[in-house]
Amino acid sequence: MAAAAIALYRSSIGKKAVMAITGIIGYGFVIMHMVGNLKMFEGRDGFNHYAEFLRTVGEPAVPERTLLWIIRIVLLVAVTAHVTAAIQLTRQGVAGRPTGYRVKRRVQANFASLTLRWGGLALVLFLIYHLAHFTFGVAHHDFVRADPYHNVVSAFSNPAIVGVYLIAVAALAMHLFHGVWSMFQTLGLNRPSTDRLWRGLAVISALGLFAGFATVPLSVLGGLIR
Amino acid sequence: MNLTLQVWRQPASAANGRFVTYQVRDVSPDMSFLEMLDVLNQQLILAGDEPIAFDHDCREGICGSCGMVIDGIAHGGQRATTACQLHMRHFKDGDQLTLEPWRASAFPIVKDLVVDRGAFDRIIQAGGYVSVSTGGVPDANAIPVPKESADRAMDAAACIGCGACVAACPNASAMLFTGAKVAHLGVLPQGQVERSRRVLAMVAQMDEEGFGGCTNIGECAAVCPKEIKLDVIAQLNRDLLRASLR
Repeated sequence: MAAAAIALYRSSIGKKAVMAITGIIGYGFVIMHMVGNLKMFEGRDGFNHYAEFLRTVGEPAVPERTLLWIIRIVLLVAVTAHVTAAIQLTRQGVAGRPTGYRVKRRVQANFASLTLRWGGLALVLFLIYHLAHFTFGVAHHDFVRADPYHNVVSAFSNPAIVGVYLIAVAALAMHLFHGVWSMFQTLGLNRPSTDRLWRGLAVISALGLFAGFATVPLSVLGGLIR
Repeated sequence: MNLTLQVWRQPASAANGRFVTYQVRDVSPDMSFLEMLDVLNQQLILAGDEPIAFDHDCREGICGSCGMVIDGIAHGGQRATTACQLHMRHFKDGDQLTLEPWRASAFPIVKDLVVDRGAFDRIIQAGGYVSVSTGGVPDANAIPVPKESADRAMDAAACIGCGACVAACPNASAMLFTGAKVAHLGVLPQGQVERSRRVLAMVAQMDEEGFGGCTNIGECAAVCPKEIKLDVIAQLNRDLLRASLR
């Protein structure tokens, strides 16, 4: 089995399968994250209790933060594998065409699919900033470790930071607009009869996640959350 | 009509190439694109120049020999049309067109617009066949084939191996070609015996040839003169994953 998995990973399709599976993990995470963000509308206590719940979930069966760290490690491994396979496949694709065309016109490809790699790079850079901003607090001007609600409100009172977050969630939406359908295609789970379903899921995911993620920063900026 | 062509000229594989500009006069709208090039080549020969090399054979759109990138699109801008079946009525007087060969490291340029597509032959050699017993002609319908499978196999078998999918793909991937061949044989009862071995060997050869990976962008299917659909790539992925993990 291990030998088969290594042989599979050596092929371009194996690397793509890794991208698809790690993509599903990331996709699941961003949906949970977006839903969790909406707890901001429950006010300071609601949101801070939710943050506390994430740290203590699983207690007393397992010590505090155990599940949190398991999820963090799974996500870190998934992101690392996703990026590694992406870099390897990009290099293979670049090597596939050492000399480009002088004139190249696209026939049907959309912006989201053609910019998937650049969007992915933008998301990695945003991820580093986002962790430094709200998790480690080093990129936050007024970070209070025990009060995530305050951290969110004080950050998004600044229109420039809201702008950065909106651009980032737009990049995420674009990534998933192509990526969600792509996961099913790559794993061989797409058939002519399911194509519209997975395309539709990708569009709904992109729009839904953009709307869900954009709501909180815009609500803070607009004074709805204070 | 009169046209200005910018054509990639490269005397040999190892030589450096460059674009050369040509004027073609009095092109009839009834000519095919290749006939227009024949006229230009006649002019070049009369002037003592080297004619432009391009691949062609049947000129009926069924052999897969011809193919060039015409103004940024493989086989030109007409859907489901090979370069030989592309007619000059789709162009207008004064058009400036750029003609380039398929660009892929797996398709080395032989001369001008001619590329070596031996990589496709080697992918086929790796497993694009079914082994059958010799002897008399089998009885018709001795092996029942569901209508749906026959239709899907026929659609995939329409691939003429022209290489436009590779030419159009941003990654120079050969997944549509390989997918068409794997799907064509894999959905038929006759193809079941070697199904796993076939997909593993053909994908290994495809990667070995230096084609890029698929990013599901779909430009391949959009330029395919035989309108092979992206679902053959899903079938290829499905068969490879199944064959690898069992």
